[in-house]
Amino acid sequence: MSAQVALLIPLFPFLAFLLLIFGRRFWGEKAAAGIGIIATFASFAVTLPVLWGSLGKGQTITWSIPWFHLGEKAVFLSMRLEPVNVLMLVIVSGVSFLVHLYSYGYMRKDERFTVFYAYLTLFTFSMLGLVMSANLLQIYFFWELVGVCSFLLVGFWYFKPEAKEAARKAFVVTRIGDVGLFIAIALLYWHVGSFEVMDVKAAVLNGKLTPGIITLTAILIFVGAVGKSGQFPLHTWLPDAMEGPTPVSALIHAATMVAAGVYLVADLFFLFTASHQAMNVVAYVGGFTAIFAATIGVAQNDIKRVLAYSTVSQLGYMMLALGSTGYVAGMFHLMTHAFFKALLFLCAGAVIVSLHHEQDLRKMGGLWKTHRWLGYSFLIGCLAISGIPPFSGFFSKDEILESAYADGRTGLFIVGVLAAFFTAFYMFRLFFMVFAGQARGEKNREPVPRVMMVPILILAFMSIISGFFNTPGDRLAHWLTRTGTATISLEHAPVWISAVAIVVAAAGIFLAYAMYASERISPERVAKSVPWAYQVVYRKYYLDELYRAVLVWPLKGLGWILTGFDRFLIGGLVYLSAWIAQLVGRIGSRLQNGQAQTYVLISLIGFVILIVGLTAGRLFP
Amino acid sequence: MQLTSYLALSAILFSIGLYGVLTKRNAVIVLFCIELMLNAANLNFVAFSKFGLFPGLTGQVFTLFTITIAAAEAAVGIAILIALYRNVQSAEADRYDSMKG
Repeated sequence: MSAQVALLIPLFPFLAFLLLIFGRRFWGEKAAAGIGIIATFASFAVTLPVLWGSLGKGQTITWSIPWFHLGEKAVFLSMRLEPVNVLMLVIVSGVSFLVHLYSYGYMRKDERFTVFYAYLTLFTFSMLGLVMSANLLQIYFFWELVGVCSFLLVGFWYFKPEAKEAARKAFVVTRIGDVGLFIAIALLYWHVGSFEVMDVKAAVLNGKLTPGIITLTAILIFVGAVGKSGQFPLHTWLPDAMEGPTPVSALIHAATMVAAGVYLVADLFFLFTASHQAMNVVAYVGGFTAIFAATIGVAQNDIKRVLAYSTVSQLGYMMLALGSTGYVAGMFHLMTHAFFKALLFLCAGAVIVSLHHEQDLRKMGGLWKTHRWLGYSFLIGCLAISGIPPFSGFFSKDEILESAYADGRTGLFIVGVLAAFFTAFYMFRLFFMVFAGQARGEKNREPVPRVMMVPILILAFMSIISGFFNTPGDRLAHWLTRTGTATISLEHAPVWISAVAIVVAAAGIFLAYAMYASERISPERVAKSVPWAYQVVYRKYYLDELYRAVLVWPLKGLGWILTGFDRFLIGGLVYLSAWIAQLVGRIGSRLQNGQAQTYVLISLIGFVILIVGLTAGRLFP
Repeated sequence: MQLTSYLALSAILFSIGLYGVLTKRNAVIVLFCIELMLNAANLNFVAFSKFGLFPGLTGQVFTLFTITIAAAEAAVGIAILIALYRNVQSAEADRYDSMKG
């Protein structure tokens, strides 16, 4: 398996992007969708031999060419496919292919269908490029590129003011994190003298970097990951990003791009394991985000927003795992989450299509009778995310909890268990409100197109079986840690953790059943008994309002002051000079009126001034 | 003190002429006023040739030339005026504004 073949993986979507964007007036819907689907399928097909090579023969493909010179030093374009990169390649290309297929049904009859596919293929290219890069500068390059694609796709329906706002917010908030990442890369280059990940790793392992620098850069890189992966306190853009089309939410804001932060931490894990403080930061931010977002998800009424908060919460889980040295647990959960969250989003998209673009949970219900297959798929997704065996989420979440426990973080372990309870509760609240009972709003249901059901069923299948990649036998763990990446040993983890996780998840499901399916407990009564708690959670802990008051408004005020300065002071001076020139011109044109008498008068005045000047000079010797 | 009174008369005549050239709307009167200014100059010539520092005939000869040229000028001026009147249908000086930029 040569490196040239692996380079084809991002090349296919890039070619598709060029074809689509330049021929956007030329291609019809079928041709455009065909180009996107074939390109991503080709990428996926090429990843399979790479995966086989890595799994079977333990092959690590490397490739590197000089890119440009920075002073004396050459910067390389390089690629290095270690197990973690190969795993990401398979996830990204696979989910991307399924979403391209699904979009053909979801985006049908949209005016800018071809442009949508062009952006989607550009995103796939950037994301594949990101996970293949072995060079920090290159990583940053693709990191920004996926951000741009996210911006373009969230704001795809730019005629909706909410979508425009959300796109801007997504761009600006993630940019705050990106600054941290950029500073970290600059610091590493300064101290190591190379952008290559391998050189940085060697420098860290040889002790060439001081502990202070390691901690600082690790935390700054984590700041970048916080922005991209929607961790507290920069998570606010992710729920708003749900204004984009649902396939975009599934691909970018659930399965791949938001996991890029987790991937980055995993890819530079040697840096984090070298610093105890950095690991603490990662673990605590992750754990807090997991419980924080899960509680918000309980009170949201928009189907996609619930899923968005669930994504934030699950990403928090992954960070918690990584922070507890649970390298395998974090990447394992990233993989299973990519499958079941993409599944849930695609199902939500199908629900939205069948209800004529209704997204309010309170107006849904009773879909089980008419859309049985969709119901099964959604149920599989819910069971997987809640952590019910034998679905995939159980295994990965269990590993995370065991990692946290084995790392001696008992507090975070309890937080994780609590978050699991909330996860199960809000997911099944969602499920029962959509599928159980009677239809509350739209009665006239559309059938879901077959082209949308196929990816859903494939993902449902993956959500069931992907848990068995690691259990029994820890095959995934052996593969991922083959290159010597540190991870925590779970051999002595107590068995009761699994039992606790299952019981807690079952309790959440049962509570959701009692409140939303059998209606033995009235949700309104519960909300009314603790009105302040309900309000706080419903308003997402007032974080958006807080940011608006503390950051947005002062900055806007400063902007206004600067605008006023610019417009009235600088602009005033410019206008004044223009006005003087205009005045002179106007007087001049008044004089040139073509009447000989005026000309004579002016010559006379000039003459008088001349004479007075000449004679007056004599008076002052 | 003879010279001063001549010069005063000449200055008054010149000023009246200048005033007329600048303010009158009728082009014929403007021409007359130019004649007035020329004659003020003539008066100066004659006065200086008689009472100046170097009395002589030169000033008077110049005056004769000036009168001749004034006659020619009046003839050409009137001719131009008539031609203009045919084109513009007016003898008003402020209607002649084709020089306007």
